[in-house]
Amino acid sequence: MKILIVDDFSTMRRIIKNLLRDLGFTNTDEADDGNTALPMLKSGKYDFLVTDWNMPGMSGLDLLKEVRADENLKTLPILMVTAEAKRDQIVAAAQAGVNGYVVKPFTAAVLKEKIEKIFERIQ
Amino acid sequence: MSKQETDHQGLESEVTEKLQSQATELVERLNAGDYAAAMTVINDLSEVRDQSLYREVGRLTRSLHEAIRNFQIDPRNAEQSEALSKMTDASDRLEYVVQMTSKAANRTMDLVEEAMPRASSMRDEAAELRDEWQRLRRREMKPAEFRALYARIDTFFVTLNHDASATYDNLSEILLAQDFQDLTGQVIQKVTALVKEVEEHLLSLVVMAGHVDKITGTVYEPAEEERKPVSAEQGVGPQIKADELENVMSGQDDVDDLLSSLGF
Repeated sequence: MKILIVDDFSTMRRIIKNLLRDLGFTNTDEADDGNTALPMLKSGKYDFLVTDWNMPGMSGLDLLKEVRADENLKTLPILMVTAEAKRDQIVAAAQAGVNGYVVKPFTAAVLKEKIEKIFERIQ
Repeated sequence: MSKQETDHQGLESEVTEKLQSQATELVERLNAGDYAAAMTVINDLSEVRDQSLYREVGRLTRSLHEAIRNFQIDPRNAEQSEALSKMTDASDRLEYVVQMTSKAANRTMDLVEEAMPRASSMRDEAAELRDEWQRLRRREMKPAEFRALYARIDTFFVTLNHDASATYDNLSEILLAQDFQDLTGQVIQKVTALVKEVEEHLLSLVVMAGHVDKITGTVYEPAEEERKPVSAEQGVGPQIKADELENVMSGQDDVDDLLSSLGF
C-alpha cells in the first residue's frame, strides 16, 4: 500500500506519516501542495491519497477535482485532513468525490477509523 | 485620543459661539438696512469657517504625523525608526512564532521517534520472556533452555534499565520542548497589543478626517466597496469560535453527521 501525504506544513506531514506507520502503512511519500502532488500521483502508482485543503499553489479541493477528472486516477481513494470546517466546504468536497473528511485537530483514533472505513467500502 | 476629542469639542464650541454671535449680528444689520456692514459680517463668517478649517487641517496633519511616529519602533533613534517600523517588527515576531512552534514540534517528534522503537523492543522482549517464564513455571523447560533463559533475563534487566532511563530522558526533554508556548505566547500578546494600538490610531485618524469633512461640509458617498467573499474553494483556515458560528462544523462529530446526511 503506497500512500501520498499532501500538506504544506512539514510537521503535519510528519504527524500523519507517524500515525500511518502505527497503522501499519510504512510506504509513504510527501508533497507540499497540489502542484507537487499531481505529477507524483500520475507517475507513482499510489493506492491512497491523504491531503490538506488550504495550501499555497494548488489547493486540496483542486487536487481532488484534478484526480477525479484524470482517467487513470479517478478511482484513487482520497482522505481529506484539514482545518476547513465550513458546511459549504464539506459539501463541496463530498460533491467533488472525497472518500473521507477529517477535521483538524484530530486524534489518532479518528484517523484510523476513517481510513479503515474507506478501505472497508472499497473492498 | 480622549485629549484630542476634548480639543475638538473646545474648538467646535468656540466656532459655534462665533458663528452664532455673527449670525445674530448679520440679522441685526440686515434688519437695520446696513447692507455694507452685513457683507462684512458675511465675510467674517466665511473667515471663521476657513480658519476653523485650517486649524482642523493643521490638527489633522499634526495628529497624522504623531500617528505615523507612533508606528515606529524606536522614536529616539531616528535612523532606526525610519528603517524599522513596528509593523515590520510584528511580522518578524510572528515569523519567529512560526519558527519556534515548528522547532518545538520537530524536536518533540524527534524524541518520540527515538523513544518509540525502544518502547516497542522492550514490549516485545518482555512478552517473549513472559512466555518463556511461563514454560519454566510449567516445568516444560530443558536445563539447557533454562540456562539460556537465565542469561537472557540477565541481559534484559540491564537493557531495561538503560532503555527505561533513556525513555525517561526523552520524556523530560519533550516536557522542556513545550517552553515554546511561554515564549511564543509573550510574542503574540505583544503583537496583539500592537494591532489594538494601530486600530486605535486608525480610528482616531478616521475621526479626524470626519471632523474635517464636517467643517468643510464635504459630503461624499462612501463607495459601496464590493466585499469580496473569501473564497471557500481556496480554503480559509481554522475556524476560530466555531461553536458560535453558523455553517461551521465544531468538530469531527458534526462533520460525520453532515456527511452521513449526504449519504456517506
